[in-house]
Amino acid sequence: MPQEYIPIAVLIILATGLAFLVVAIGHLFGPRRPTQRKGQPYESGMRPFGPGTRRMPVHFYLVAVLFILFDIEVVFFLPWAIVFRQLGLFGLIEMIIFIVILLVGYIYAWKKGAFEWE
Amino acid sequence: MIPDIVLFIILALVAVASAVGMLFSKNAIYSALNLILNFSSVAVLYLILGAPFIALAQVTVYAGAIMVLFLFVIMLLGAERLRRSETLPYQQPVSIILAAILAVVAIYALLFRPLGIEAASVANPDFSSPAAMAEMLFNEYLLPFEVTSILLLVAMIGAIVLTRKRQRRVQR
Amino acid sequence: MNLSNASASLNAILPLVVVILWACALLLVDLFITKERKGLTALLAAIGMLASLIITLARLDLEAVVFNGMVTVDGFSNFLTVLFLGSGIVAVALSYDYLKRMGLEKGEYYVLLLFTVSGMMLMAVASDLIVVFLALELLSIPLYVLAGIATPRLDSEESSLKYFLLGSFSTGIVVYGIALVFGATGTTSLAGIVDAITAGSAGMGLLVAGAAMLLIGLGFKVALVPFHMWTPDVYQGAPSSVTAFMAIGAKAAGFAAILRIFIQAFPALSVDLTPVLWVLAALTMILGNVVAIAQRNIKRLLAYSSIANAGYILLALVPYGQSDVAADSVASALFYLLAYAFTSFTAWSVVIALEQVEGKGLELEDYAGLSRRYPILALTMTVAMLSFTGVPPTLGFLGKFYVFRTLLEGGFPGLAVIGVVTSLISAYYYLRVVVYMYMREGEPQAIRDPWLYIAATASAICLVVLGIFSQPLFAWASQAMLH
Repeated sequence: MPQEYIPIAVLIILATGLAFLVVAIGHLFGPRRPTQRKGQPYESGMRPFGPGTRRMPVHFYLVAVLFILFDIEVVFFLPWAIVFRQLGLFGLIEMIIFIVILLVGYIYAWKKGAFEWE
Repeated sequence: MIPDIVLFIILALVAVASAVGMLFSKNAIYSALNLILNFSSVAVLYLILGAPFIALAQVTVYAGAIMVLFLFVIMLLGAERLRRSETLPYQQPVSIILAAILAVVAIYALLFRPLGIEAASVANPDFSSPAAMAEMLFNEYLLPFEVTSILLLVAMIGAIVLTRKRQRRVQR
Repeated sequence: MNLSNASASLNAILPLVVVILWACALLLVDLFITKERKGLTALLAAIGMLASLIITLARLDLEAVVFNGMVTVDGFSNFLTVLFLGSGIVAVALSYDYLKRMGLEKGEYYVLLLFTVSGMMLMAVASDLIVVFLALELLSIPLYVLAGIATPRLDSEESSLKYFLLGSFSTGIVVYGIALVFGATGTTSLAGIVDAITAGSAGMGLLVAGAAMLLIGLGFKVALVPFHMWTPDVYQGAPSSVTAFMAIGAKAAGFAAILRIFIQAFPALSVDLTPVLWVLAALTMILGNVVAIAQRNIKRLLAYSSIANAGYILLALVPYGQSDVAADSVASALFYLLAYAFTSFTAWSVVIALEQVEGKGLELEDYAGLSRRYPILALTMTVAMLSFTGVPPTLGFLGKFYVFRTLLEGGFPGLAVIGVVTSLISAYYYLRVVVYMYMREGEPQAIRDPWLYIAATASAICLVVLGIFSQPLFAWASQAMLH
């Protein structure tokens, strides 16, 4: 196990510990007087009816999928940035082709209104 | 410091436990959370194997982006409250028998190595450093890299074609 | 890799580059083509594939190993590239009027068609398992979308979802197989795998497991029994023009991968794999043909027929381990694929001509009396059915002839007997279609679209006429795979 990951491990432990700590503090010191009303989901004062979930516009999913696609694209930039200098012009052209192909998709998505809300 | 084997055993236990948890959770959201734990422990396994970039990709793409999409779908669809679907009556016994056969064969193969399955040779420590990997990706694997962008483009077109509303088209 | 050898590499796969760039450009151009003029998109798509086809034909004897050995351009890949591009162009001809009638005019249809063709072309030249995987994805993902392009029609959505789930599952198995092969040999290049086996550094047990998983995953794509479950539902639900292309292109691409991988990289494993191939081929022929008898819906019937045909193509591969037969193995498989492509396109264009909105006109009864009202359609369909059955002098007969000859050369008379017997069984349901068309009374409805008729009659004529030129065609198909 390479030693240089120890700071990251410490950070993870701290973050997890903090999360537990915050929840625990709220649990220990916060007043709790639950009533039936309080347990209900908040719907602007109305009495809730029906299930909380309903059919959502498919647009939400589309945005999520597009996010993932561009996210994966970004993953490729990271190694490229590391060896950018060694690769020189060749690497630049390579990356430009990669980006242009995705840019075609971006223009298409834009023109089709995939990023618009109604 | 802690030897790798101890780390490996701990992580392996976490990975297996979270995988089992994912399968047996009644609630789909717990399944998804278990899967995130599983992905994260596998990411650390990659780190131990000396593949930091793969570990990073595992966390950002799988544990991050894809699981967000999973949770998104589960919550919006309300799939966490779906009843268990009917299974075929013979499905469970057959699957248990098949799984048992697989387990026995796998243990036999691993312990006695009858088929000449060698242990993987230890790779050069620099083999999968981000820089070495990038050198390979952008030189030797040039074609697969570019084809990946086309794949992403096709996926984008597909997502838009299949979800676009009919008639009322938003255009400017 | 540097600029000059990258451009040399790109030059070697120029037809593929043309199709991909054309698809990207068409995607943007289509944004400015109004819904009423989608014929223009169809035309442009066909022109792009035609340009690529001309480039391929102009340098048919090109041989090159480029992209660090990941891509091999040779006689094998050139043959398949011509087959894929030709199928793509015919698919456009079948689609245009069909989409208009079904209200499915979307420019993306043709763009996705170009992308799936490019995936198939990549598969034909792939000589590295990583490229095989990417080609598999590039050809499959557009097909998943195309199968569902008739959304919100439920059967189309069902078809798309089933194809997607089982298809990505099988791709997963392919990736697993690649991982095992990599673990056994330390390389994904087909040439490297051979080197590792000869050097004795490969873990053979792991390698056999990997090869078996590759066979299973690719077997899903080409619909071998027992990995065929998705086929009837997907073929039935997808729009017919998509099904026609899927039945030909995806199957040919899957076999391209199987042939290239097994013959080039795994001849050393033939002791273990030949019995498996034997059983798979026998099961596929028997189940495909027997279940087809029960089908009343023409799309399902053709789906089972395509399963059975996968079995016949696999026959050619069974003796692949014998080095003196391997060349004939490739040639007869390619020739069969060509015959299958022509036959299928003939049959599917008639199906498309008869299909009405909302899945009507697809039952066998709807073909009753076709010979009276639409003699040309009935005649072309008859030629297709005879070719599927394997009646001389059609191309289908020659395809089966070469496959069986390869089998006998390899010393598998038992399997050849199964092949002949199942062919006889298949005559029952193929000829039943002919009986319906000629001997039953009915009022069939068909459309008269010039492109469809041209496609149907041209491929029917090819089925009969090309039979005469089978020798040069077979010689072309036997152009060696570069090792």
